[in-house]
Amino acid sequence: MSRQYLIRRLLIAIPSLLGISIVLFTVLALAPGDPFGELASNPAIPPEVAASLRAKFGLDDPVWIRYMHWLVAMVHGDWGFSFASRINVDTLILQRLPTTLIVIGAAQILAIIVALPVGVLAGTRPYSIFDQVANTLAFIGFSLPTFFTGLLLILIFSVRLDWLPMVYRADLGSTGWTWFVAEIKQSIMPVAVLGLFQGASLVRYVRSAVLDVVRLDYVTTARSKGIGERKVITRHVVRTALIPVVTLVALQMPVVFGGAIVTEQIFRVPGIGSLLISAMLSNDTPVVMAVTFVFACLVVLFNLIADILYGWLDPRIAYR
Amino acid sequence: MDERDLRRLIGRVKNGSLSRRGFVQRMIAVGLTAPMATQLLAHSGVAMAQSAPTYKPTKRGGGGLLKVLWWQGPTLLNPHFAVGTKDQDGSRLFYEPLAGWDPHGNLRPILAAAIPGREDGTLAADGKSVTWKLKKGVTWHDGKPFTADDVVFNWQYSKDPATAAVTVANYKDILVEKVDDYTITIKFDKPTPFWANAFVGPQGMIIPKHLYADYVGAKSRDAPTNLKPVGTGPYKFKEFRPGDIVSGEINTNYHMDNKPYFDAIEMKGGGDAVSAARAVLQTGEFDFAWNMQVEDEILLRLEKGGKGHVVISDGGNIEHIQLNQTDPWTEVDGERSSLKTKHPTLSDPAVKQALSMLVDKQSVQKYIYGRTGVATANFVNNPEKFRSKDTKYEFNVEKATEILEKAGWKKGDDGIRAKDGKKLKFVYQTSINQPRQKTQAIVKQACQKAGIDIEVKAVTASVFFSSDVANPDTYTHFYCDLQMYTTTMTQPDPELFMNQFCSWEVATKENKWQGRNITRWRSQEYDDNYKAAQVEIDPVKRAAMFIKANDLVINNYVVIPVVARPGVVAMNAKLSAQISGWDNNTWAIQDWYKET
Repeated sequence: MSRQYLIRRLLIAIPSLLGISIVLFTVLALAPGDPFGELASNPAIPPEVAASLRAKFGLDDPVWIRYMHWLVAMVHGDWGFSFASRINVDTLILQRLPTTLIVIGAAQILAIIVALPVGVLAGTRPYSIFDQVANTLAFIGFSLPTFFTGLLLILIFSVRLDWLPMVYRADLGSTGWTWFVAEIKQSIMPVAVLGLFQGASLVRYVRSAVLDVVRLDYVTTARSKGIGERKVITRHVVRTALIPVVTLVALQMPVVFGGAIVTEQIFRVPGIGSLLISAMLSNDTPVVMAVTFVFACLVVLFNLIADILYGWLDPRIAYR
Repeated sequence: MDERDLRRLIGRVKNGSLSRRGFVQRMIAVGLTAPMATQLLAHSGVAMAQSAPTYKPTKRGGGGLLKVLWWQGPTLLNPHFAVGTKDQDGSRLFYEPLAGWDPHGNLRPILAAAIPGREDGTLAADGKSVTWKLKKGVTWHDGKPFTADDVVFNWQYSKDPATAAVTVANYKDILVEKVDDYTITIKFDKPTPFWANAFVGPQGMIIPKHLYADYVGAKSRDAPTNLKPVGTGPYKFKEFRPGDIVSGEINTNYHMDNKPYFDAIEMKGGGDAVSAARAVLQTGEFDFAWNMQVEDEILLRLEKGGKGHVVISDGGNIEHIQLNQTDPWTEVDGERSSLKTKHPTLSDPAVKQALSMLVDKQSVQKYIYGRTGVATANFVNNPEKFRSKDTKYEFNVEKATEILEKAGWKKGDDGIRAKDGKKLKFVYQTSINQPRQKTQAIVKQACQKAGIDIEVKAVTASVFFSSDVANPDTYTHFYCDLQMYTTTMTQPDPELFMNQFCSWEVATKENKWQGRNITRWRSQEYDDNYKAAQVEIDPVKRAAMFIKANDLVINNYVVIPVVARPGVVAMNAKLSAQISGWDNNTWAIQDWYKET
């Protein structure tokens, strides 16, 4: 893989991001709702206030002018100004991004830790009892939406058993060991919901990848050389089988972010997903635009990472 | 009830044969708010009742962390920008007004030394000025003293149109003068019977001059204090993340003795109402949750655990059905429901009367809202005690049938009544919301029995309540025969609230459907009465006029009130917190404490 390829890919990303931003902006502009609707329906607030706010934020301009304003500001690193909070959008997002990254990162790690051994074991012993059970659980896992499993966990662990808190608090107010324990306790449920959902589909991928590889001649060769089964699996099978899985993990990141929106809302995790939902509810278009754009960038970025990883792991695939 | 009745009642309060409470309840029954009723008494020389909280702790602090849950968290903390109650509630932890409205509609001094009254001359007899004496020894969180300059500054700040403050209506038509460091006078250009809008209640919170002086007008959004409030309240600002969390720690220099009880406060946002109810009532993770828009059945079940309970506070919100006075099915000059048309069937009083009898309010209350919606005949909340006496409402299918028969509406082959070829078929819309859809079903069923065909329609709330000019499904377009939603009374004085029936407020294409008169009802009598009330000096006469306005609306079947929607909050069984329907949820946050 050459540096040229990387540069070309990065350049291709620019028009696709531009296209995405145009579509997002138009959809948001056409969507019903008015950020100052609440002002308009409140008799105690004269219509002039809403009118002057609209003028201040340039809401009366035609859509394409507003888009150009947004684009120019964006190029200069200005993400816009939240109507609802009257502060800069980037401040809002930066406040919330770490929480989202921690929760999603932990979920992804959990997914890999669960999916790898289970998938490999199931793949090497196809149609055994273990494989059947793992398959069934995986099917259940990715068929149940996160909003359902989330509520189920809350009902069991918070309401019935009273073991875990149902509300995630970014600011726990304690320090040291107590903080750590509280942080773990409140993270268990959101991370488990997201991670297991992700892990379930990952198990299926790992299993089929291992199944493909395990039958190949070089594995038989390795076995016939008298290498122990354990070593054959870890050194020869898993290594090759992981190539498509690694890219899949990267490609699935956007899906994780999508799932995180719902999970964050259920557990009140103050991440960008819940920011997106509250911004949509209050018709705070600059925030909606910025958050969806962040998601779009992540999709493009992770696609790129997936491609690069693939080429790096499997030199047979040459990118030029 | 007319002016003479009112004067007699006030006389009875004066000579002691009627309690203040009784008077206020009678006023509410005829459609006035409690704050307005107490203002009437104040003007007539009956001093406002001493409004004092119950507060048991004998020292400041020691209560630990108070955790409250607002399922839509505050998004900004400048009270002059606070649009929704969530923002006002959040601001109120740090900022305070001169006085707040207690649950009975009395003013309780907070930053004021006393409530203005006629006795000591602080309330002018001509209704053109009011003088507030400020509490001495109050300091801002940064140690600077709170003085009259701060109060005057808030007026200058808000009235500047470039500031784009949502409180501007309270301040733009008044003149505020500093008399001395601890006295201010508000001057009105015309006699103002309702004098307690500026610096009082939800929109009256006061921000510090020394931190905002450089940020008046267009620069208002750049003020750093917008995000880091410095107020006079019981809690000092600690952290704010819009929509997620507002936290504060105890203000050890707070101007009220032994208050507050809690060492810190945390207001968490996000999630939904049902899980918020759970977190307070069932798991006890939080001490208080706001705005419990949850079916009463669920609330009752959650309460059974005994960890917490639901508190209901009377306010001015009402779920009502509007009857379109114009024809929504004929387009004139590019708009439907045009003022140039008349509704083909709803213009018949008999039809409207029959419809009002076909709304089974008791069942709606009993089976849908429970404690969170009280059946009412009035446009404003109505205590049980006086309900049946003052206004009548009944659910009676037979009588409705009889009225329709008499008016010549005969049943056709399809079971739908018709007259002169016009059928009684109505489209009845509301927002998507489970209780509303159930209410629609109850009304539809009764109407079917009486030979009226109802087609129900439900529109997503974000569309229904938007002010989108291009969308025909918004409530202000009213492109159907009947529609239902809750209208909120945001101010204790009914003048603004009642302008939604004035003919000049009609929502039309011309004003981009911004008018507040959605039903498009126009009545010379109502208009004249309203205009007279606006300039009426005598508060008693004025009150009588608003009572008449309410009666006109009800007796002409412009709207059919369904249920009054009181404020509903959930709180921990040990928490003592006074909630007022006339002020913010956190209006008395300094008095909150936990029984040990």
